[in-house]
Amino acid sequence: MAAVTTSTERSLNKLAIVGVLIVTIIFLAPIYWIASTAFKPRNLATTIPPTVVFQPEISPFVKLFTKRSQLRTAPTPEQYAAAPWWERLVFDGGEKVVRSGRGEVQWSGYPNRFMNSLIVAITSTVLAVGMGTFTAYGFSRFRIKGEQDLLFFILSTRMLPPVVVAIPMFLMYRAVGLNDTHWGLIILYTAFNLSFSVWLMKGFMDEIPKEYEEAALVDGYTRMEAFFKIVLPEAATGIAATAVFCFITAWNEYAFALIMTNRRAQTAPPFIPSQVGSGLPDWTVIAAGTFLFLLPVAIFTFLLRNHLLRGMSFGAIRK
Amino acid sequence: MAHIQLKNISKTFGNHTALTGLNLDIADGEFFVLLGETGAGKTTTLRMIAGLEKPSEGQVFIDGVDVANWGAAERDVALVLQQYSLYPRYTVRENLEFPLKPKIRRLPDAEIKDRVDRAARTLRIEHLLDRKTDRLSGGEMQRVSIGRAIVRKPRVFLMDEPLSALDAKLREALRTELKNLQMQLGATFLFVTHDQIEAMSMGDKVGVLNHGRIVQTGTPYEIYNNPRDTYVASFVGSPPMNLIDGKLVDGRAVMAPLNFELPFAGGAKTGAATDGRPLVFGIRPEDVYLETGAPVEARIHDVENHGVEKILTLRVGDAMLRATVPARTDVEIEQPVRFAWNPDKVVLFDKGSGISLRHAG
Ligand SMILES: Nc1ncnc2c1ncn2[C@@H]1O[C@H](COP(=O)(O)OP(=O)(O)OP(=O)(O)O)[C@@H](O)[C@H]1O
Ligand SMILES: [Mg+2]
Repeated sequence: MAAVTTSTERSLNKLAIVGVLIVTIIFLAPIYWIASTAFKPRNLATTIPPTVVFQPEISPFVKLFTKRSQLRTAPTPEQYAAAPWWERLVFDGGEKVVRSGRGEVQWSGYPNRFMNSLIVAITSTVLAVGMGTFTAYGFSRFRIKGEQDLLFFILSTRMLPPVVVAIPMFLMYRAVGLNDTHWGLIILYTAFNLSFSVWLMKGFMDEIPKEYEEAALVDGYTRMEAFFKIVLPEAATGIAATAVFCFITAWNEYAFALIMTNRRAQTAPPFIPSQVGSGLPDWTVIAAGTFLFLLPVAIFTFLLRNHLLRGMSFGAIRK
Repeated sequence: MAHIQLKNISKTFGNHTALTGLNLDIADGEFFVLLGETGAGKTTTLRMIAGLEKPSEGQVFIDGVDVANWGAAERDVALVLQQYSLYPRYTVRENLEFPLKPKIRRLPDAEIKDRVDRAARTLRIEHLLDRKTDRLSGGEMQRVSIGRAIVRKPRVFLMDEPLSALDAKLREALRTELKNLQMQLGATFLFVTHDQIEAMSMGDKVGVLNHGRIVQTGTPYEIYNNPRDTYVASFVGSPPMNLIDGKLVDGRAVMAPLNFELPFAGGAKTGAATDGRPLVFGIRPEDVYLETGAPVEARIHDVENHGVEKILTLRVGDAMLRATVPARTDVEIEQPVRFAWNPDKVVLFDKGSGISLRHAG
């Protein structure tokens, strides 16, 4: 970039900044909407025009995690006083926390589904990225018969919308007993992400000069040692970028999770909307559930942001 | 230390032939320079000795043992690559330690430290030891690359244009240092370069590689004074040897297109068969001299000043001839001069094959 900027260049720059701002606002608006609704009192969630200034509340989250029922009679002052702070919030909303015969608090389905989402997304990401990295290394470094055809075949697994095979998959899963199991979803998501991971990692592997490993081989290291000591650290950026893609895909997957799971292994995406159906929806609780659901991806992406910036440009600004 | 032999090596990549019928013999403790233009097959030759590439044909021997089935790790060679031999995530020290830490020949820590420090001192990179290698200049990187090789005591050092990224001063300094190091260690070196000056100044022996074939192997003196063919003659030397078409007639060299003649007594040595045969006359610029009474007239086409000497381009008809003359020679462009050559230094090449008549035997 020249040190001297002309006035047209300067106004172009300003235009670009405005453009970036607009796009950012468009992308952030729904997130702001979800986040603010998650902290609103229930009566302010659906006002028109939307309420922007309000006293934030934690009650949607309490409700999200507990099983509740309608309060027929108001709690006695003693009951109210004896209840912990979070239970009082539920009382304030005209509901009560369901307790077992022995007085234990009944959890809602949410924490469980959330855990399922984590288990399935993390495991399938690790598997897809791990296998993808090794496969890509093989493709990148060795002469493989029919390399182009194999790579094309791997890519071709992504050439039809996955939902097309949902019914046959469902029948097969039922036959082998993978229905409603963690492993069922993990296998599905791994298979789904693998082609993507192989292709992405192949690009990153090709970028790593083979001279690095060759120098290590000449110095007396085995290929395995060279791979772990030299190639893997060099590929970190690519691995991070691939992992984020795979994680987001697995984390957000809805259709198969809806079809293949119902209780034990159900993930959060099909669970959250299922709460809308029964009675008058409490939008604050749904927003709270969605808000928490966004967090892992946000944190994961935030932690890997340095790698991502370089990774997403596919080596263009690699130095 | 080791004796390296390549026997009848050929290498093809797909349908591209990189090396053809290559024979090399590098004696124990020899500083052997492989000289060739870009794409000649120098790197391929090195990689084959290092075990990173398998020959399509022929054998590699290290100390008389055929190493076809040895992996790179077992061959115990040190390799300085043309590029990318340093790990960007490591510091200079870690890079230097790396070759000393493989499981098969891991050294004790004290020894590692000692060797790294010694190599760093030799290459004057002590102040860089804690720096990450991606923060180094090109010249510093190349010194660290060389360091990675000299920390080891390998059977042979293979160096692929290790000095190419350095500026002239540092290159000269490192040339001397590598040479000293080699003598100190008594190590076998195979040094690759496309720079003929480097080759001539460093090599005990030089092998000239052209399009995957060794055209000549010999001491720098032999290569310079007695090139096997016109390729070597024009590749080695700066400025290169003058090559002029002509033939011998009655002990005189008659230049066909230029229509000038020079006395040539040496014709007798190469036999009468040369009379009338189309030849190429080769003469080094330093063996062309200006003299008032000399037989041929030319005009000064160009003058290059090189400090102790001047390189003149002489124009005879429409052909050019270079002459290296002392700096005090006072000439101007387009000035007419007379020149002659030293007939003892003329090399005769066959016009058709380009091979020197001395070598053709
Ligand atoms: N892996 C390969 N696949 C195909 N062709 C190759 C391969 N490696 C080298 N070649 C070809 O073989 C020939 C010799 O290459 P090599 O790298 O040995 O040349 P070089 O003498 O080292 O050249 P430079 O001075 O440019 O480094 C070149 O024409 C090159 O294109
Ligand atoms: Mg090369």
